[in-house]
Amino acid sequence: MEQGPAAAVGTAGAVGAAANAGAPAAVGAAAAGALSSGASAGYCPVPLPLSDSEQQCYSELFARCCCSSASATSSSSSSSSSSSSSSSSGHPQPPPEVGRGAPLPGPAATAGANQVGELFRASQLPAETLHQITELCGAKRVGYFGLTQFYVALKLIAAAQSGLPVRVESIKCELPLPRFMALKNDSEIRYSNPVEFHGMKCQIPYVTMEKNSFKRVDDGEKQDTMSPTMSPISSPPSSPSNYQRVPLTYGYGKLRSGMDQIHAAPYEARQLALQQEGPTSGSHGPKPTRRQTSLIRSLSVEREPQESNSNYPDDPWRITEEQREYYINQFKSLQPDLSSFISGSLAKNFFTKSKLTIPELSYIWELSDVDCDGALTLPEFCAAFHLIVARKNGYPLPESLPQTLQPDYLQSAFLKPKRDCALFDSYSESMSVNQQPRDLNRIETSLKEKVDLTAPAQDVNIDDKPALKISSMDEAMPKDVSVDTAAKPGLLPPPPALPPRPFVSQVLHHNTSNDSVSQPKPPGQLPSYSDFRLLEQTDQVSEIELHPQLTRTPSQTEESGSPVKKDLPPSKPIRRKLRPENQIMENQEPPSSVSGPSTVPIVKPHAPVQKQSSKQKKAIQTAIRKNKEANAVLARLNSELQQQLKEVHQERIALENQLEQLRPVTVL
Amino acid sequence: MAVCIAVIAKENYPLYIRSIPAEHELKFHYTVHTSLDVVDEKVSAMGKALVDQRELYLGLLYPTEDYKVYGYVTNSKVKFVMVVDSSNTALRDNEIRSMFRKLHNSYTDVMCNPFYNPGDRIHSRAFDNMVTSMMVQGC
Repeated sequence: MEQGPAAAVGTAGAVGAAANAGAPAAVGAAAAGALSSGASAGYCPVPLPLSDSEQQCYSELFARCCCSSASATSSSSSSSSSSSSSSSSGHPQPPPEVGRGAPLPGPAATAGANQVGELFRASQLPAETLHQITELCGAKRVGYFGLTQFYVALKLIAAAQSGLPVRVESIKCELPLPRFMALKNDSEIRYSNPVEFHGMKCQIPYVTMEKNSFKRVDDGEKQDTMSPTMSPISSPPSSPSNYQRVPLTYGYGKLRSGMDQIHAAPYEARQLALQQEGPTSGSHGPKPTRRQTSLIRSLSVEREPQESNSNYPDDPWRITEEQREYYINQFKSLQPDLSSFISGSLAKNFFTKSKLTIPELSYIWELSDVDCDGALTLPEFCAAFHLIVARKNGYPLPESLPQTLQPDYLQSAFLKPKRDCALFDSYSESMSVNQQPRDLNRIETSLKEKVDLTAPAQDVNIDDKPALKISSMDEAMPKDVSVDTAAKPGLLPPPPALPPRPFVSQVLHHNTSNDSVSQPKPPGQLPSYSDFRLLEQTDQVSEIELHPQLTRTPSQTEESGSPVKKDLPPSKPIRRKLRPENQIMENQEPPSSVSGPSTVPIVKPHAPVQKQSSKQKKAIQTAIRKNKEANAVLARLNSELQQQLKEVHQERIALENQLEQLRPVTVL
Repeated sequence: MAVCIAVIAKENYPLYIRSIPAEHELKFHYTVHTSLDVVDEKVSAMGKALVDQRELYLGLLYPTEDYKVYGYVTNSKVKFVMVVDSSNTALRDNEIRSMFRKLHNSYTDVMCNPFYNPGDRIHSRAFDNMVTSMMVQGC
């Protein structure tokens, strides 16, 4: 029976180890082999199935408790640890193992009672539960915590924390990993899912540890060797001894979860800011494992400053560069002054176009309007926009505003793009709406090295370059859509420049082409102006809906898909422009996709006008008139289509009725 | 500890009402309803005085054997009614006032949300959390 669970554990360990190469794998395999060869040191009454993550977790914890006692024997430190070491001194602790700081000592090793006790207390279970657990796991019977006892005990702790009764049967099922409070301070760690992530990260320190541990063995002076090894690795200014104290659980807990990156960054920052313990208190702690943790932390901390500038691909609450640019542009379209507010009503109209339900929008507002003033500053606006985008892509809304969406966090992140926006501002003041796209275009071409995707994003068809970029973006985008949510940011960037006025005829033209491309609809239906309606009727991916609402260009690319490529470059910028101008006018019907070729000539005549204010005004007035006409036409079309829709519905109902009537006849 | 907290609109229909022991919910709803009369009485009893002079906190509306009912009126005639357990004698007037102040602040935060139409039921999670904290802790 012992072989059964041990074999299971062994295979799990081997699998985990297989993911890594070299010495760590050997260590894992050795441990697994050791386990399977009979960890007869303990008595486990029932088979103990362990998952990969559990295997890793438990082995580290065991190593910690074990090596602490082992290191205690090697170091002449506190008496408390010596008492524990004396209990374990009977078991062989091969120096090479300690030397390499292997987290998986031989099966005969035992965990120091002190360390184990501390660990169990850190699990925050009541004392009697802990007593029960120690009894059940068999440690009391054999008098020490061997490998299996320790594992069983950890499983029981996990069961108790999950609310299951402390019984041997409870540990048979798959349990979350046990949670241990910080041994040294009060923050709580959650061990979460991914195994491979954890496995990888844990192996890295093992390798580096080997080098360091040799040094340690040589010196015998742990802290000194740690500091030189730490400081080159770690970038943050905190003193090396800060790393010493972190219990194993922290580093591992933080590294475990890929999705915890949100928490990882602030958490690590907190770690560094925490008071460090004196070395004495930690002296009887696990030296090699502590080094391990500090290495892990230093690695992760080192990662952190780098990652703070790059994108976390799998963090849904982090705003990427392209997204930020997009949001800023949207903000500008609503409120040209980037440092002031967007009023509540304005934001409400804008966000309502995203087609989320009002309660959800209300909740998003609640999350993002941190100062509760009924208006959105730029960071608040970006946070709200980002939440809307995430929600459209299917992410559930968080309980509270994630740290990466906090206004102060975003504010600091905005310092860079603010620079660019200042240039935008200086240009935008004197410009009419028509001219803005072109100016922005120019600005973008000049700022291309600074800003990634704004050039393609932004603008108008005057230059071939942006148009080409846009088209390439568009072509890239449909592919992106099919990719999962991680690629969503990729959809957002092709943002919307301020498009020139749409022409009704163009709209018609485009929509006919649209229609031919779009998915099966009721045959008699005229091409729909509203992309949204199209999307709704054809049950396209809801992700796209947001884009028509707020961007229109991506949605247009979505629905028109590959075939209508030639319309894309001009239409994209056109849409954008339509929106701010029509924002007030088109509350009833989200403006449909607008096609482009004819708008290009519209734009071009505006170009020469640019410099003369009187002509500017005329241009604006004509633009307004045309917009109104377009609006009227669209409204008419809307009503017509609604009519058709109703008729089609009625037909359908009639047909279904007939079917119902006919059916029993055939059955009989 | 507050056992029931209600927000009543100007037209005397509830915008938000929540009570802690679920089984007596109907009783508390009825209590709140009857307390509205007392609120109106107190408000009118202040005479034709200007709104500025009228204090928002109305104090103890009426005590019963099991509990006490406190009232608070905002300048827009939105009423907050709080039913407090009588056994909880530790609650002083100041604490009740501070609870109402918190309620009022949360209410204004809800109003600031442009997606909230005045007169709708309040579904805000932040408001819920605040009320829960008040009902659990009692202050």
